[in-house]
Amino acid sequence: MIHASLGAITDVAIEWPSLADIVRTLTLRAGYNTTVVIVGAALLGLAGGIVGTFALFRRRALVADALSHAALPGIALAFMVGVALAGHGRSTPLLLAGAAAGGIAGLLAIHAIARWTRLGEDAAIGIVLSVFFGFGTVLLGLIQGMSTGKEGGLKTFIYGQTAAMQASDAANIGAIAIASIILVSLLLKEFRLLCFDETFARAQGWPTNTLDYLILAMVLVVLVVGLQAVGLLLVVAILIIPPAAARFWSDRLDRLLWIAGGIGLAGGYFGAAASSLLPRMPAGAVIVLTSGLFFLVSMAFAPRRGLLAAAARRFVLRFRITRDHVLRAMLELKELVEPSIAADPHAVIRHAGASPLSGRLAILLARSQGLISRSTDGITLTPRGLENALRVVRNHRLWEQYLMHYAEIAPSHVDWSADLVEHVLDPSLIADLEKALSDDAERSGLPPSAHPLTARGRP
Amino acid sequence: MNESTYTFIAVDLPAMLALTLACLTCGLLGNYLVLRRESLMGDAIAHSVLPGIVLAFLLTGSRDAFPMFLGAAGAGVVAVILIDALCRYGRVERSAAMGVVFCVLFAAGVLLLRLASAENVDLDADCVLYGQPETIIWYPPAEWSQFFTWATLVGYVSPEGHAVGGVPSQVVALACTLLVTVICLRLFHKELALAAFDPGLAGSLGFSPVWITRGLMVLIAAATVVSFEAIGSILVIAMLICPGATARLCTDKLKHQIRLSGAFAAASGLIGYIVGAFGPGWLGFEGSLIVSGSATVIAGLLLVAAMIAAPGQGLISVRRRRTALERRIAREDVIAMVYRAEELGQNQGLSFETIRRSLASARAARLGISAARRSGHVVNAPAGVIRLTDKGREEARTIVRSHRLWELFLVRELGIRPDHVHPTAERLEHLRDASGRIMPQREHGELDPHDRQIP
Repeated sequence: MIHASLGAITDVAIEWPSLADIVRTLTLRAGYNTTVVIVGAALLGLAGGIVGTFALFRRRALVADALSHAALPGIALAFMVGVALAGHGRSTPLLLAGAAAGGIAGLLAIHAIARWTRLGEDAAIGIVLSVFFGFGTVLLGLIQGMSTGKEGGLKTFIYGQTAAMQASDAANIGAIAIASIILVSLLLKEFRLLCFDETFARAQGWPTNTLDYLILAMVLVVLVVGLQAVGLLLVVAILIIPPAAARFWSDRLDRLLWIAGGIGLAGGYFGAAASSLLPRMPAGAVIVLTSGLFFLVSMAFAPRRGLLAAAARRFVLRFRITRDHVLRAMLELKELVEPSIAADPHAVIRHAGASPLSGRLAILLARSQGLISRSTDGITLTPRGLENALRVVRNHRLWEQYLMHYAEIAPSHVDWSADLVEHVLDPSLIADLEKALSDDAERSGLPPSAHPLTARGRP
Repeated sequence: MNESTYTFIAVDLPAMLALTLACLTCGLLGNYLVLRRESLMGDAIAHSVLPGIVLAFLLTGSRDAFPMFLGAAGAGVVAVILIDALCRYGRVERSAAMGVVFCVLFAAGVLLLRLASAENVDLDADCVLYGQPETIIWYPPAEWSQFFTWATLVGYVSPEGHAVGGVPSQVVALACTLLVTVICLRLFHKELALAAFDPGLAGSLGFSPVWITRGLMVLIAAATVVSFEAIGSILVIAMLICPGATARLCTDKLKHQIRLSGAFAAASGLIGYIVGAFGPGWLGFEGSLIVSGSATVIAGLLLVAAMIAAPGQGLISVRRRRTALERRIAREDVIAMVYRAEELGQNQGLSFETIRRSLASARAARLGISAARRSGHVVNAPAGVIRLTDKGREEARTIVRSHRLWELFLVRELGIRPDHVHPTAERLEHLRDASGRIMPQREHGELDPHDRQIP
């Protein structure tokens, strides 16, 4: 690992840019080259987000990864062809054509392995990815050893070199982004059908295979134009990360496409800007990490599917459940110790089987909702609280009956099971249960408990 | 010892050994990835260990194996946990979750690598791609007589002040990992097999499939890390998947598969090294290829060879089986047809034309007639017709019997209309197992649905 040329790049420490630089870069006033790079990367992100959404739904995310790795031997072979025919191989269109050919060969190999052997698609993807890449490295070694010498910057395809992007490259990427948007808006219905109900689409006579290949073709095009900028190791990220992040924000395909495109655009824009401000940072990696940041933010903060929202929902639910348990405990304690109307909070919490803290919080919640009133000798149910408690107890006991009679659970176990299910009741189901068990339900509509009530709560 | 031998022992031998050991360790572990259809987990882990390796590097500033190992194993475990968390809590589809996690971690690794090279730490970006086994060097003593001593193994400083001996630490680490891997695979063979083939059963028997999976992933991360210098963190994916996949195509028994995969992996490493290091020289070129790349290509070629020629699973034997079946069915169709003609009183045989008209194609007719003639079921008679031999008649009677019994069964037991059963019976009459032709039973003396005798 001792590397002779290392001295050339060791003199750099990170220099943090000034605020003015940042503003200038972000407003695209930091010189022609930087602007071209930023616009190009943003457009690439846009195209990647839109095309990637379909790749994600067709579960082709990692196929795309294999394709991008398979581009390496294609590039190397194209270079050798160029050297053989024209004396040099540094023609970008030729190399990109080679990359596309390599990707197509990789795709065919995946199909062949998955179809003709008992190895799964996963093994096929891994095999193609690594073996093609290995072949590519061998070819790179050969090229380095060839008498013509220069490897012509082929290595930039591996890690990418955003800074080398030229106006024509940016224009190409822009054209591809626009073309993909047009194609997607023309075929939105067909793609939607393919993504969500392939069998139905086929039964309706849509050419599902052609559509599938169309998606793969778009994937390949985005990968190939992204190679130079992001590098073939990471280019698949612009297809995977934005749609995966967008998935947290919406369930509707059309919105998803816009959001994914937007996240890709922002990732490319900020990533390229950051890498131009921190000149020694590899742009591809910075773009990927910026998108990764967007993914993280989406996963944490998205309104419905985000982790925080889910945690909050769970917390609220658990809180409500504890409150219901407290209400039920108060009613059952009243049944146990008839004359005393006001109950001791500790006994109630114990009977509800809640921890002291969450029990007390639940009592607070119930008081704030006007379900419980507090006096000197304890807590009592308000009329509304009584109504609620009756409902809860009723559900609980109906469930106990149901579990005993229909699910054949032993009476000693039903209390606990009923605890779990009484909170997921569907109103129509309650009605059915009530009808089925109306014989048991007397006494203010309250069926008797299936097991002896004890002050411990749990039988 | 002469100079070229010395060079071989100093430069080629350790690198070859390292590459082979790395291939062997990864190849053995990869079996379970292939069986569990989690090959891409290997892909994800291999990409994800990079930041761990570089971080350990940055923190310690050295290439000591142990911190690097810790860092990378940590990164591997983090990747596995993150992927699981994305799937479970984020409800991200699994392959997308893998893609997100390993892309981000790999990008972080690349970024850290750039920082590392800026901090004057000699970690080379190319090493990530294909390792650098050529940097694994041993300094053997100059004389054979000093060779097999303890001092040579652990290394010492010669009187002239040169470091001599000392098996390279990478080779030692690889050998230890291989040993641990083999021991683990032996010890937990049962558990690993159970979790791979039937995780539900494993769970209900009390072997937590989750923990078995985690253990396997940790081993894979470890193997990936110690193989880093020998083969890099991308080509290692080939070694994790290819040998196991190749062996899977060659056998149905797990034990054989594991042994075969070891053989394939070691062969890829050895042949790959030899081809890569010496191949260009033999062809008259300067320099050498990237040896880990050529090892990968060898592994790929082995896989292609297995796809084509593996016994039982390869394209050739599948093709051969299919042709044999095709021949048997065509033959049976032909002799059954001649038999039916005899039943109707036409005893002088059938012409090729007649047979061709009622079989699926001319090819099937030709195939069936030639097969029947070769097996002695029919003979050529004058005027271009073929007739049954006694053996053929016996065989044809069983086929027609099977056909009519199946028709009877379809009508009586499955309630299919009599005019619809013929095509199905036409297929079922060919069914056989090891003990002979499979056919339903009947009451004595029953006729088939078309009121014909059942022979």
